[in-house]
Amino acid sequence: MSVFRLLMKNAFRHRLRAVLTVGGVGVAILAFGLLRTVIAAWYAGVESAAPDRLISRNKISITFPLPLAQETQIERLTGVTGVTHGTWFGGIYKDPKNFFAQIALAGPESFKFYPEIVVDPAAVEAFGKEPQAAIVGSALATRFGWKVGDVVPLKGAIYPGDWSFVIRGIYTGGKETTDVGTFYFPWNAIEQRLEKEWPDRAGHVGWWIIKIDDPAKAASISQAVDAAFENSSDETITETEAAFQQSFVAMSGTIILSLKVISFLIIGVILLVAANTMAMTARERVSEYAVLKTLGFGGGRIFFLIAGESILLALLGGAVGLLLLWPTVHGVGAMLRQYFPAFPTDPVTFAMGAVAALVVGIAAAIFPYWRAMSLPIARGLRRVD
Amino acid sequence: MPQTVVEIKNVEKAYYRDRMPIPVLKNISLTVPEGEYIALMGPSGSGKTTLLNLIAGIDRPDRGQVLVAGTDLGTLGESQLSKWRARHVGFVFQFYNLLPVLSAAGNVELPLLLTKLSPRERKEHVHAALSLVGLEDRMDHSPRQLSGGQEQRVAIARAIVTDPTVIVADEPTGDLDKQSASEILDLLSRLNAEHKKTIVMVTHDPRAAERAHVVRHLDKGELE
Repeated sequence: MSVFRLLMKNAFRHRLRAVLTVGGVGVAILAFGLLRTVIAAWYAGVESAAPDRLISRNKISITFPLPLAQETQIERLTGVTGVTHGTWFGGIYKDPKNFFAQIALAGPESFKFYPEIVVDPAAVEAFGKEPQAAIVGSALATRFGWKVGDVVPLKGAIYPGDWSFVIRGIYTGGKETTDVGTFYFPWNAIEQRLEKEWPDRAGHVGWWIIKIDDPAKAASISQAVDAAFENSSDETITETEAAFQQSFVAMSGTIILSLKVISFLIIGVILLVAANTMAMTARERVSEYAVLKTLGFGGGRIFFLIAGESILLALLGGAVGLLLLWPTVHGVGAMLRQYFPAFPTDPVTFAMGAVAALVVGIAAAIFPYWRAMSLPIARGLRRVD
Repeated sequence: MPQTVVEIKNVEKAYYRDRMPIPVLKNISLTVPEGEYIALMGPSGSGKTTLLNLIAGIDRPDRGQVLVAGTDLGTLGESQLSKWRARHVGFVFQFYNLLPVLSAAGNVELPLLLTKLSPRERKEHVHAALSLVGLEDRMDHSPRQLSGGQEQRVAIARAIVTDPTVIVADEPTGDLDKQSASEILDLLSRLNAEHKKTIVMVTHDPRAAERAHVVRHLDKGELE
């Protein structure tokens, strides 16, 4: 027998209560973890951003295009090792609710800028030869049941008309945070039609993707790019890819802040649940603590008994919640794939869940411990269950 | 001449109800020599249990001095007092106060967890204590599986397992039937006679008091 064994026996003395407490903490840790994962998903684009990639967009707004002629000027700048471009298409697949990102890339060379996009080289080759070739993310293909060779019709909004693309490749992500929900097709598909139907809109791209030789020079190269077009009709704002992605996250700042607040409120709720259980337990065991104190058990051992029981139940609940978090994140991630192309299971989230359970266990024991220790032994002994 | 184990000098104690002091012990002085078996009797509210608690070091007087086993308890802090209790006092309560989640052996072993004894040594001590009270065959039984008399015997085994200087018993037969009460009193007498244990017992029961060498009466906080 040891004090630890007594602790274990105490923890499961009321099995139903222990199970309900563990379950309550588990569900709360699961909810906490899921919310933190959603928040992490918002930042997945920022996380996946490469430090050696800059994004240059129109200073007025990203919805304003940039002239193709800027490309050679950017290429000449010191530190720039390559330039390619992307353009937001904004088409509708069958129904507006089937939203997904469609981006026209300069050509097959654009994929060299994104080593995290893993795709069959034959598909990239087709991308260079066929204006209607499309390379789509694996999550997107799963979502709509697409396979290589399928024809995907899109109704243009920014670029009006009916468009049709043939899937030549399905890419996967080299990292968990890689966006595998985007539809890529060659910029030529747009350009050729614009030249015929709206010649004044031709020769423009959405943004520049600039590869640099040293991430440490990102700020100075960005300044050089913007300086090159200063006072022109197409001034630019150039920033790292992470900062570019961050600007999109900032648009949802209020929602993200709300989610963060809710996630910590959940911790508050489980703290109350656990504290309530421990308070009930301590109240029931007042005479037992008095007996232990009478026998010579000091404050440290009494704290070990109360806090140990509380921490044990909270950690068990935390473990249950975190074990369930993994499959839940995958299930929910599949359902939210259209909103969050990457739904990463972040180790930090698991660590936060475990720490939260530990903190709840300790905090829930403080009041019962104080109560047990502040009650005089003689009064405690008078209380008989 | 036997040594003095308990020496109480001019002790006063009051409880407060709605800030009004209610005197419980008035200028009490008492001496208990080593190996003595003393019974404290008196009506409810006379201060018997309060006096016992002062001797056991689980309460403190408002005035006066309590010396037990050569230690002035007033000089000890809470932590020191805990250690002192573990070393010098064995308790027997009216309602046994066994932990329901532990077996008879687990309950007896509790005070030994505060010592430096190895698990094997603890087990030997527990076996010896339970054998002394005649319950060596009930070691693994939980309190719920024992009768009231057996529970009290386990409580006595817990009280003696550390070989304390003094055993304090608060109405040890108060919750027992006549037969069980007699067995418990026999056991306490044997501990005193054969093992020279100093026993201070609070009781209402004249038959219990008869077993003691000395009977002192408390009435309205005063020792007669």
